[in-house]
Amino acid sequence: MVVLDHVTMEYPTGTKALDNVSFRIKKGEFVFIVGSSGSGKTTLIKLLLKEIKPTDGEITVDDRVYSKMKRKEVPMLRRKIGVVFQNFRLLKDRTVFENVAFAQQVIEKPANEIRREVPGTLTMVGLADKYKQFPKELSGGEQQRVALARAIVNQPDIILADEPTGNLDPKNSLEIMTLLEEINKRGTTVVVVTHNKDIVNLMQKRVITLKKGKVISDEEKGGYKDED
Amino acid sequence: MKISTLGYSIKQGLKNIRRNLLFSLASVGTMVACLFLFGVFYSIVLNMEHEIDDIQNSLVVSVFFNEGYNDEQIMQVGNEIKKLENINSVNYISADVAWNGYVEDVYQGDAEYVESVFGDDNPLENSSSYEITLKDISRQDITVKQLEAITGVRKVNSSKETAQGWIDVSTLVGYVSLGIILILLFVSLFLISNTITIGIAVRKEEIAIMKLIGAKDIFVRAPFLFEGVFIGLLGSLIPLVIMYFVYNAMTGYLTQHFALVSNMIEFVPVGEVFKWMAPCSVLIGVGVGFFGSLITTHKHLKV
Ligand SMILES: Nc1ncnc2c1ncn2[C@@H]1O[C@H](COP(=O)(O)OP(=O)(O)OP(=O)(O)O)[C@@H](O)[C@H]1O
Ligand SMILES: [Mg+2]
Repeated sequence: MVVLDHVTMEYPTGTKALDNVSFRIKKGEFVFIVGSSGSGKTTLIKLLLKEIKPTDGEITVDDRVYSKMKRKEVPMLRRKIGVVFQNFRLLKDRTVFENVAFAQQVIEKPANEIRREVPGTLTMVGLADKYKQFPKELSGGEQQRVALARAIVNQPDIILADEPTGNLDPKNSLEIMTLLEEINKRGTTVVVVTHNKDIVNLMQKRVITLKKGKVISDEEKGGYKDED
Repeated sequence: MKISTLGYSIKQGLKNIRRNLLFSLASVGTMVACLFLFGVFYSIVLNMEHEIDDIQNSLVVSVFFNEGYNDEQIMQVGNEIKKLENINSVNYISADVAWNGYVEDVYQGDAEYVESVFGDDNPLENSSSYEITLKDISRQDITVKQLEAITGVRKVNSSKETAQGWIDVSTLVGYVSLGIILILLFVSLFLISNTITIGIAVRKEEIAIMKLIGAKDIFVRAPFLFEGVFIGLLGSLIPLVIMYFVYNAMTGYLTQHFALVSNMIEFVPVGEVFKWMAPCSVLIGVGVGFFGSLITTHKHLKV
């Protein structure tokens, strides 16, 4: 269960990226977050990862109250959350395999488990044959799949995906979304930030729409709200 | 920390060094210079101390008694001497022993000649004495005064040549080297800290990602701690190896080519020198490396 309770995020520059946002996402839900550029979507993800602290309000994930968490507890929180960053954030000096394995090394998984689990994940995202390549040798869409593989390899309870289809053609976008839907069906909570109107309309999931940091609509089986 | 993590951290630590080779080498180099100097000064001071000990043990103070003192009175004086605190050993030299020693030294033990001149007389009749070695030669003057104050003591002969010169030089060398070594250690610490800072800057993005996907602090820091330890270890092992060969070569050369040196000084064997120097060097090197990276990672790797 993810709960945002009157959350406001004002950056030191004075920009109010989120303004009094409240919603809850139940365990196992699939939610789209949509909104125009600068509406605060990435800020929302950063808050959920506890990368930044809200200036006001409270965030709770499962039983963890963010403002009450100790520094030491943060890594364990983040291990429950798999994240696909907006600009992938792959390691340029590591291969596809190493990039995915990295997520497991970081949480101190034994090497033999890593060797066993990474290939399966790469197969899931359709990159089994490119495991030796470096990020710069991949297309944008392929890089995005590596980022997704890295997010799901540890089987987190929650997946946060920031524009996971930003660089993909409709066919590949649908494939990635179908994959996320499959992961969701196995019980993982999935939160997808996207601009992809067609897919949002097609998939008929809950849609939270942000505008200038405010929630302007929150609908079950919603569609993409055009601006104005 | 798990074994596999340990392996990972060590590998990453070595990778850091390779990536940042120039700075790593500079750090290792300073550390080498520092600990090499430590080694040089340490062996000099150690040899001096050794020499001082030798001199201390060979310096004797002779105490003569009032003429006509009998054995019992002499014993009494001996007991008084033993009560003084700076006394290392007291050895009684009877008039006969003294005379025999004199004959040996002066007449090359030519007993016949000696008898023809002196007959059965012992010209050193009143020269029985106590030969005393002191614990601390630098306090010789005080001890001599104390000896002279004992009743029945006629004369105290003390050697003018003492180890004081050696002691002064050894102390000076000790302080100067301590100063230089401390400065160099500080430079090493600074360079290691810089190397680590650069390493962190280069891997900034990687570290940020690691943290966001759930790495614990220690996991992020461990490679840098290992990096510091490796630099320190390398910086201490290299000078030790050099010292080993240089010390053997130097002492061998001096002993062989300068008869005066070999008569005067007996060098401390290399094993004896390394007994304390090697563990100290490694401890200092590894300690500075570890501490340097500990404070640096603490400063730069906060979430
Ligand atoms: N680190 C920051 N410091 C100051 N202002 C920031 C920072 N990050 C984001 N902002 C501002 O906060 C607002 C929301 O940014 P955010 O990145 O959340 O938008 P977004 O919805 O993800 O946009 P996009 O669709 O373009 O990715 C913007 O006005 C942005 O300029
Ligand atoms: Mg964004």
